Amino acid sequence: MSSARARIAAKTPEWRAGRAGWLFIAPAITLIAVFFFLPVGASLLLSITDFDLYAVANPANVRLVGTRNYTDLLQNPTFWLALENTFYFALVGGPLTVATSLGAALLVNAKAVRFKTFFRTVYFLPFVTTLVAVAIVWRYLYHPQYGFLNYALGAFGIHPIDWLGDPRWAMPAIILLAVWKNFGYNMLIFIAGLQSVPEDLYEAAALDGAGAVRQFWHVTLPNLAPTFFFVGVVTMIGYFQLFAEPYVMTTGGPLGATTSLVLFMYEEGFRWWRLGVAASIAFLLFLIILVWTAIQLRLERRLAA
Amino acid sequence: MGTVLLYAALIAGALLSLFPILWMISASFMPTGMANTFPPRLLPDHPTIQHYRDVFTRLSMGRYLVNSGIIAIVVTVLSLIINSMAGYAFAKLRFRGRDGVFRAMSAGLVIPVQVAMLPLFLLMKSLGLINTYWGVIIPSMASIFGIFLIRQYAISIPDDLLDAARIDGASEARIYRSIVLPTITPILATLAIWTFLTTWNDFMWPLIVLSDERRYTLPVALASLVGEHVQDTELMMAGSVLTVLPVVIVFLVLQRYYIQGVMAGSVKG
Repeated sequence: MSSARARIAAKTPEWRAGRAGWLFIAPAITLIAVFFFLPVGASLLLSITDFDLYAVANPANVRLVGTRNYTDLLQNPTFWLALENTFYFALVGGPLTVATSLGAALLVNAKAVRFKTFFRTVYFLPFVTTLVAVAIVWRYLYHPQYGFLNYALGAFGIHPIDWLGDPRWAMPAIILLAVWKNFGYNMLIFIAGLQSVPEDLYEAAALDGAGAVRQFWHVTLPNLAPTFFFVGVVTMIGYFQLFAEPYVMTTGGPLGATTSLVLFMYEEGFRWWRLGVAASIAFLLFLIILVWTAIQLRLERRLAA
Repeated sequence: MGTVLLYAALIAGALLSLFPILWMISASFMPTGMANTFPPRLLPDHPTIQHYRDVFTRLSMGRYLVNSGIIAIVVTVLSLIINSMAGYAFAKLRFRGRDGVFRAMSAGLVIPVQVAMLPLFLLMKSLGLINTYWGVIIPSMASIFGIFLIRQYAISIPDDLLDAARIDGASEARIYRSIVLPTITPILATLAIWTFLTTWNDFMWPLIVLSDERRYTLPVALASLVGEHVQDTELMMAGSVLTVLPVVIVFLVLQRYYIQGVMAGSVKG
């Protein structure tokens, strides 16, 4: 564009709107670029260095080590344990949370139910509470001698379980807390999805003689599919990032049974100051989330076709 | 019969949802030691507020309450301004590079925040922001999710309305203030509540960036205190009530805006 035309263009409303657009997004994109994308890029660099406590004191001590952090991790049993625990939590906790959410949504949304908003609020309440605080509450509920859970199970003749002290039970205990804490959010989304299913589809199914169960399978579920995938993707991404629950309840124990990838990353990075190693853990986590999300999206496309 | 079963299930679910919260409140009023008895007790026989006194005096949680309050309020106010400006611009202002920037930014949604945390710590250290409120506040000021939420809502503002104001000679800043902001108030309310709750409850980043105990937020302080006071069940429950109560009140008072926003955002998204 010639300078003369540029000057004419400068007077137009389009030019004004263009300048305004950039000014309006400038604060947000600057902050996001400097405090998110830049560190993400730097993290990749960090992961190919031996950045440690000496480098925190003086950055001149940093050396490039190529893929050594990654290959070391693959030899490290703690990494494999953390990976296994993270998948255990996500693959069991995720579907359990989504199923609980759907169940709660169907109950709250049932036609015969009154006080819908009351139940909706009560079910949603755990989601807004502070995770650290309720994790401490659940620690006491899980107490082998004085906790309510064992007391309640005792009524069914079940012997006391050392929930957070037994490597076999610690992860199920954390999953139970996570389901309780998170199902309310997905429930809201399922309710919104249920309400968007056209009423005449149910009427048509009822005319064809379909009962409640068949209506659920042939009308509700297919129409809920997009909601299902949205909820599934969001829940799994969140669950792969398990951190505060084990940090507060078990510090990763007993015997590493609840050490998650993020907890392992935190310990390596901010307890032992091996930031290079920690960055490579973070990147592997990113990779896992990326691959998992891609699989879920492909599954969605295949089922929708 | 079906209806009775339905209500039985609903009420059982409600009790399970509320039980940990109610027990926390009840135990916080129990005399020392009462929460560690067998069989476990539901209610205190002689309620006491001693633990609430101790929480403020011995554990100086008043300070953490103030820290949490300052950080959550500042983040909420700043992020409302910053994200609403960007969300509106991405929805309604035409400028070169807009869609490219938006797409690049959206890609950030799949990156877990933990990936950024290690270099972010070094960045904050070089800026001298470790152990400061700003160290916690700055990374939360702009949010990709917040921009998305606003953009989705602002798209439905009629262009004619904005163009008419432009023809009348209103500046873009003025249009944003007197037309856009009043129109998008419902979604601003949703975003405000969402931001306040998330910031108040946030744990990992404040844990990393705040090392001086006097700067701790409530969740960080609580996680640190529980190590030392794990036997003092009733005291810890009072601390937990203090931490949870503000967000629960905010939610209960403003839930209409919040729940509508969550439901609307998800369906369209």
